[in-house]
Amino acid sequence: MAEPFLLLEGVAKTYGATQAVAGIDLAVERGEFVVLLGPSGSGKTTILSILGGFIEPTSGRMLLDGEDVTGLSPARRPTATVFQDYALFPHMSVAANVAFGLAMHKVPNPERRRRVEEMLERVGLAGFGRRRIHELSGGQRQRVALARAIAVEPKLLLLDEPLGALDLALRRQMQEELVRLQKQLGTTFVHVTHDQDEAMSIADRIVVMNHGRIEDQGRPDRVYLKPASLFAATFMGESNIITGTVRARDGRNLLIETALGTLAVPADAELGRSISLSLRPEHLGLGPAPTGALALPSAIIEEVVFQGTHLRVRGRTESGIELLLRLPAGSSVGQGTRAPLHADPSRIVLLAS
Amino acid sequence: MTRPLSTRLFSFSPTPALIWTALFFVLPLLAMAAVSLTRRERGEIIATWTLANYRAFFGQGGGVFLQALWNSLEVTLTVTLLSVLVAYPIAYVLAYRVPPRWQRMLLVLLVLPFWTSYVIRSYSWLLVLSEKGVISQTLQSLGLTDGPIGLGNTRGATILGFVHFFAMLLTLTIYANLVQIRESYRRAAADLGASSLQIFLQITLPLSLPGVAVGAFLTFVLAIGDYVTPQILGGSRELLLPQAIMLQIGRTADFPLAAAMSMVLMGIVTLAYLLFARHLRMDRL
Amino acid sequence: MKLRGSTIGAGLVLTVAALFIFLPVAVLVQFSFQDGLVPVPPFRGFSLRWYEKALENRRLIEALWNSLAVALLSSLVATILGFLAAHGLARRRAGWNRAAELLLMAPITVSYLIIGMGLLMTFTMAGLAKSLLAVGIGHVVINLPLAFAICYAQLGAHQVAVERAAEDLGAGPWQTLLLITVPMMAPSLGAAFALSATLSWDEFVIAFLLSRFDVTLPVVIWSMLRSGLSPELNAVGTMVFAVSVGALLAAELLIFRRLRGG
Repeated sequence: MAEPFLLLEGVAKTYGATQAVAGIDLAVERGEFVVLLGPSGSGKTTILSILGGFIEPTSGRMLLDGEDVTGLSPARRPTATVFQDYALFPHMSVAANVAFGLAMHKVPNPERRRRVEEMLERVGLAGFGRRRIHELSGGQRQRVALARAIAVEPKLLLLDEPLGALDLALRRQMQEELVRLQKQLGTTFVHVTHDQDEAMSIADRIVVMNHGRIEDQGRPDRVYLKPASLFAATFMGESNIITGTVRARDGRNLLIETALGTLAVPADAELGRSISLSLRPEHLGLGPAPTGALALPSAIIEEVVFQGTHLRVRGRTESGIELLLRLPAGSSVGQGTRAPLHADPSRIVLLAS
Repeated sequence: MTRPLSTRLFSFSPTPALIWTALFFVLPLLAMAAVSLTRRERGEIIATWTLANYRAFFGQGGGVFLQALWNSLEVTLTVTLLSVLVAYPIAYVLAYRVPPRWQRMLLVLLVLPFWTSYVIRSYSWLLVLSEKGVISQTLQSLGLTDGPIGLGNTRGATILGFVHFFAMLLTLTIYANLVQIRESYRRAAADLGASSLQIFLQITLPLSLPGVAVGAFLTFVLAIGDYVTPQILGGSRELLLPQAIMLQIGRTADFPLAAAMSMVLMGIVTLAYLLFARHLRMDRL
Repeated sequence: MKLRGSTIGAGLVLTVAALFIFLPVAVLVQFSFQDGLVPVPPFRGFSLRWYEKALENRRLIEALWNSLAVALLSSLVATILGFLAAHGLARRRAGWNRAAELLLMAPITVSYLIIGMGLLMTFTMAGLAKSLLAVGIGHVVINLPLAFAICYAQLGAHQVAVERAAEDLGAGPWQTLLLITVPMMAPSLGAAFALSATLSWDEFVIAFLLSRFDVTLPVVIWSMLRSGLSPELNAVGTMVFAVSVGALLAAELLIFRRLRGG
């Protein structure tokens, strides 16, 4: 197997007694768009800072394109960062900001000017070169920060929650533009965010982080549908988590004793283990179970909320278990009524407790 | 090593300032503390450790010095209180009754004399207050008084000169605080049925206290250590502590006693700082 | 009606305040033009002779140049030291940062008189003569905390982020300092310098204690004061005031406006 483009080996970072990153391994292919996803304090930003050379890891090493860059300063490292608050130079024009890195790399002037024009065009800011930073809107500043970073043609582009300050519509638009830009440039992107929708819409691969560890990583659909850990299941969208104990094996199914009764789930695990089951709200149904579906106890419908594309329904079983359902917008559901529930057994994910 | 790599290059950069402060601030204070524990006899400083100077200050023989200390405390506290009372309305009117685009200009104009030479400012008050001065002559020409009245060389003149200066300083700190209070707080209070007076007492005043505290502290520290104003306006009929200290240096060259008195003065300022410290954030200045 | 009442009240407060604040300055300026021997009423007519006399006073003019030199040089040193300290402290999170901040800010809580006394005793013990250099050293001590505080306030997380960005784009430490930090900080550096220079220009007690033959302007004015009220002093005072105000207005227009706008 060929050496991966970017490789982190046993990278850890501790501050006194607190461990920000707990010895992680991560391999990234050339041209991949990787998103580090996690709540604040999960260590994702620390990893980005380690990648950029702003923080030296306590232990472990980092290889980029076959070269050990662990001890290299940010200036000497072939990476560029789009910072959270953009960190544009307020006393320089837009063009001077974009030209800065080129000047530092001693790109001669006619060439420098051409590249600045090209970069501004790429991010949709052609003709903005002479503007001052404080004259720009948030979205425009974001684009300047992007142009400034890609102008130096980094091998690895790091993005630290770059869309966090933008409103929803603009964020969606920038997400699309980022993906398009990344495909055009072919540059490897590592992007940090706490927004799982954003991660799913831009990533080739999502790396879910929590408490300085990697909880799960893979293609967005895989991470969503078959999360590898309890944390990944709850952080990536909503999920109903039911605890239970593996009681018996029945052909390809396990019989699991839960508060919803004994459920037959196609999975494998040691007998007698206590586990958690993750059921996504959209994989639950209302009404008598069709063939192939798993019948669940009936529940009283406590709340129905119309959300445009779907109904968000909260039910409670007799044993007091609360379940969240996502039903098609046209479904007829009466609040306060009792109805049987069913689930798609192939979508149930078995997780270690 | 958690810092960006290249910043290590600049980790030495606070060193010159720290050395300067240690050499020309900390060391002199330590030297002064040491001198305050020696004695001067027949023009020579005797290097035996003694509390004689402090005994002279606080003891029975030190009536003059202790009196100077009380005078200083009385004058300074009066000045601080009066300056706040004068400055608050000015700052309030500037912040809330003057259209925003005129505020800055009016503020700069109003505190312009703040930047006049300190010595000249006291001298100017002498022109107003002395026996032949503006007030005395105006009153005489109006027939309100028979003979000339000299207001100079009094404690009142010292206080007036101080209040003139520190009211301007406090106007600056209180104004800076008032304009930071968000308009929405007062709107919300009004919306909930508070009257103008209630809004002032329960919203504006409490939120502006940090600005008052910073200004009042600076007033206290600067006024209690000032030699110029009491010397020019108050004269030497009644001494304040800084005047008494300067007398020891100028007339008798008694460094040990002057040092001991300075240590007392510094002790008072430190005490004031500790009392205020919880309400003060120097970075707000 | 209520609005009119409060407007009149506001006008009244500002008028009384302005009268109180400007009364001594107005008297000072008016009687600097006195065509007579004493700067008190009655005003005997307009004359510039006291200005001529003041400008012919060699001792005064010498002191003026001394003051200017001390103010400019001590402010330059205070600003550079304060900036370097702020720059260094803002970029690290060492345990003794807080201690360094406290030490650097400490002189602000000590009276000028005491700082001057301490320096006087130290220099005397060290056998150093009183001089303008000693005065300048004292002025750096009192202005260093202000310069440090002004620069430190501007060097927040944002400044660090911007410097990181410059480094990330390939700038070395010196390039970052000269191309990014100093230009970004220019308004603060200007403000620190202007404030320090104003305070040094005006400072009396340290200059009085630490100088002997060459003295600064406030010290000369002080010695002129001993011979009583004189229109010449009024003229000197008016000119000194004009210089301070001119410098202040220039600073306001050139620096502080940018500092707020920035």
